[in-house]
Amino acid sequence: MSTRQFGERVQRREDPRLLTGNGRYLDDLGLGALSAAFVRSPHAHARIVDIDIDDAWEVDGVEAIYTWEDLTGRVAEPLPVLIPHPALTHPRTGYCLAKDEVNHVGEAVVMVIARDRYLAEDAAQRIRVTYESLPVVVGVEAARAAQTLVHDDAPGNIAAHLLQEVGDVTAAMEAAPNTLTIDLEIERSACMPMEGKGVFARWDADEGSLRIYSSTQTSTGVRAAVAAKLGMPLAKVECIAPDVGGGFGVKIMHPWPEEVLVPWAARLLGRDVKWTEDRREHFISSSHERGQLQQVTVGFDDDGHLLALDVQFWHDNGAYTPYGIIVPIITATQLLGPYKPGAYRVEFWSLFTNTVLVTPYRGAGRPQGCYAMERTMDAVAAHLGIDRAEVRARNFIQPEEMPYDHGLMFQDGRPLKYDSGDFPASLAKLKALVGWDDFAAYREEAAAQGRRVGLGIGCYVEGTGVGPYEGGHVHVETSGRVNVATGLTTQGQGHQTVLAQIVADELGVRIEDVHVTTGDTRRMAYAVGTFASRGAVMSGNAVALAAKAVRAKALRIAADALEVSADDLQIEDGVISVKGAPGTSIALSTVAVLSNPLRYAFDESSKAATQFAGTFDPDKPPVADDEEPGLEGQDFYSPTQATFANGMHAAIVETDPVTAEIRILRYCVIHDCGVMINPMIVEGQVHGGVAQGVGGALYERMAYDESGQLLNASFMDFLMPYASEVPHVETDHLETPSPLNPLGLKGAGEAGTIPVTAVIASAIEDAEGFPVRSMPISPSELWELRRMHAQSPVPVPAQEGSR
Amino acid sequence: MSEQTTDTPPEQLLRISLRVNGVTRTASAPARRLLSDFLRHDLGLTGTHVGCEHGVCGACTVLVDGQPVRACLMFAVSAQRHEVTTIEGIGNDPENLSPVQQAFTECHALQCGFCTPGFVTTITAYLEDNPDPTPEQAREAISGNLCRCTGYQNIVSAVCRAAEIRRDRSDRTEIDQLVDLGTPDGEGGSRA
Ligand code: FES
Ligand code: FES
Repeated sequence: MSTRQFGERVQRREDPRLLTGNGRYLDDLGLGALSAAFVRSPHAHARIVDIDIDDAWEVDGVEAIYTWEDLTGRVAEPLPVLIPHPALTHPRTGYCLAKDEVNHVGEAVVMVIARDRYLAEDAAQRIRVTYESLPVVVGVEAARAAQTLVHDDAPGNIAAHLLQEVGDVTAAMEAAPNTLTIDLEIERSACMPMEGKGVFARWDADEGSLRIYSSTQTSTGVRAAVAAKLGMPLAKVECIAPDVGGGFGVKIMHPWPEEVLVPWAARLLGRDVKWTEDRREHFISSSHERGQLQQVTVGFDDDGHLLALDVQFWHDNGAYTPYGIIVPIITATQLLGPYKPGAYRVEFWSLFTNTVLVTPYRGAGRPQGCYAMERTMDAVAAHLGIDRAEVRARNFIQPEEMPYDHGLMFQDGRPLKYDSGDFPASLAKLKALVGWDDFAAYREEAAAQGRRVGLGIGCYVEGTGVGPYEGGHVHVETSGRVNVATGLTTQGQGHQTVLAQIVADELGVRIEDVHVTTGDTRRMAYAVGTFASRGAVMSGNAVALAAKAVRAKALRIAADALEVSADDLQIEDGVISVKGAPGTSIALSTVAVLSNPLRYAFDESSKAATQFAGTFDPDKPPVADDEEPGLEGQDFYSPTQATFANGMHAAIVETDPVTAEIRILRYCVIHDCGVMINPMIVEGQVHGGVAQGVGGALYERMAYDESGQLLNASFMDFLMPYASEVPHVETDHLETPSPLNPLGLKGAGEAGTIPVTAVIASAIEDAEGFPVRSMPISPSELWELRRMHAQSPVPVPAQEGSR
Repeated sequence: MSEQTTDTPPEQLLRISLRVNGVTRTASAPARRLLSDFLRHDLGLTGTHVGCEHGVCGACTVLVDGQPVRACLMFAVSAQRHEVTTIEGIGNDPENLSPVQQAFTECHALQCGFCTPGFVTTITAYLEDNPDPTPEQAREAISGNLCRCTGYQNIVSAVCRAAEIRRDRSDRTEIDQLVDLGTPDGEGGSRA
């Protein structure tokens, strides 16, 4: 009896390779390739007057130098707006190399290609670009004030303006016995994968074909974009995502200028060309996320039930909008979390600034949304003097109300409709885990020792597993090896393991025999990519469907060979046998041989499938009309809507009464991603997510000065949490299966990150006794807040009164 | 931006010889070649990763004479006459993992795996000096390396688990050695 893999804590199949230095990340490829380096703008906003490259040519080993003027065909045109939206009225994108104007520090202006990177950088340093500087817009407030414009033809710096309303908010607000208005702020951070971006391109002159390796979250996307830009047939372009050292969103943006320029140059030069981003480049020329100003007005009854919610926010989209307005749309819709808002109106403005562009970072707009909603919940509780968990519980959507349709449109253009979840059960688990009801006693104990502690809470719902589709391909070799391919990519989520678990069970083979390939357009040309916690939901279901098809075919062939009915057969550990009569059996590998009628015997096992082997009916064609040779199958999974995972976090923090140092003492997570394929991997995703959330809550921010210089563009100055800053995360799970897909899965990739900023704000507020309205928060900021509140006779700031 | 007008002559290449993972390796590179780049691009040992190139993330950690060193902060020339151990030298065979590598997979202490070689080298050296750390000491031992994926707690567990495996294997190595005395063609013990 073989053990079922699905649901088990199976050790990862990718680990031994990665642990022994046998991983192949982008920069590990292409030994001897030419190397690209870029001259990037030192100004946040300027006109390019002149570029002098003469000196650069003096550097020994320089092979090519390109400016915008050298670009040809569609490579010279602006980069695409990947996700257009009707509300995005003034989309703007940059060029692969800046034309006439630069709009943020770090924008690529010149590309140098040389024998190695050292020489390419030497040459880049000798290129003199003359700029005429222009006024600069930094930060949401300056963008909103619109004293100066980022793009002359985008009035008010507004890229997009979107309003959605359900019910009559004005009337509901007027009728509400209580109202509060809260102003909130959240700063910029960034994905910062340990491996930066990178591209390696190889032109095959004999074939007229191009192979691109990119450290990307979407190899099909890069392939299509490069083929379009270079005017090449899709069939002549391949793209492979090798091992990728983390993505977290920044590698779903595509094509990055370098992803177009490097293949373009490789074709032009007929040489292998590679570009590996360095850390400073990553800070100033990849993307950031999170910066928003928000204003929430909430109407509620005396028991804390929401009656009306009116949200306005201003989103900093940086200098360009290649990825559309996905981030603010998600904030606008997902901020509702597990609650029924009463009447709801949300309105946002997505604004241009002369800073690095903004695209999704793990959580993608949800941390900001959760922050707005959870700060509001705490404010309502404080206003009424009701327990914070209780106010939340009173507003929960109940399990029997599922599926629950909010009447809004989600980021995928489909209804915001929750498929499943049991919020009261989650809350009960969370309260038990963190010891919610015992906290008052703990606080007193701590206070007696002169310590200041606070308890925070945050709840969220996360749209995961968005479409449109993913595919799976399963192929059984005559050796019994099972090859599985899916087109979406992997950046450490353990896809090679969880997809193997699914296929092993569906097909009835040992997991050791299953080998998964991701993100290789040669193996699966149809795919979307890895983002929005969709990998397991989309490709998991796709490979399950494909494995089912292969299993059915295997049983059909085995039934013929064994002269029994397919219904009486089972597959276990790669052997097909008659149920109840295990003596009558045939190996799956033998079925793979039989599935492919052969003229030639290549080896011992293939003899069984040759024309004189005598196993075939002479009156039938070797391959029946409705069959194909080979034991393989392919299928696609395409859902009608996203799945909705959810979770609740609580944290206990301690703040130093003198230094205002903030320490997280405990961090508890209840997580519901539907059925878990591998709880070990799910927990790993939660741990990593919380760590990034802690960074966002306490440390990470992009320190721009007023001229648009990023002052902390290194790991020395941009503080990412080390082991010493990340708390131990205690987790518990609830499994409410999604009714939308056969496996009952929901996504788990971003869950850990979403509520952390809200939770930590809540806990600090609880410890200190005054509202926290701007995150992240440093000890010095907390100290400053203390000083302000100590001076003020009224403990609550002016913004927070009845209207 | 400073202006430079003098021509640079072609860069002078040096024959650089290092003992890496017990083997002397030689390649030509300029004096400014970082040890990390030399290992990766001149010797093809790509297991050593570069995450920041300014000494903060620890991804490039290798052992120089047994001590953890950031290969991005050292020139290849200055590593001459020293013994360099990279991840490949700690264990290059996926079928035969070192104690730390084994502990990492058991504890799910890696996700994308990019930071992992730097952690493995760091922890391997640490356990030489502190073979029996508490979880708190384990956390401190890894707190100079950045990982963006795991949230660290599984890495902390892996440090403690690796200590256990080391002890286990050294016990077994002793037994193996006893057995070896009787069976001359017995398998050698695992590396410490
Ligand atoms: S690459 Fe050497 S410490 Fe980061
Ligand atoms: S496992 Fe990805 S950075 Fe550590």
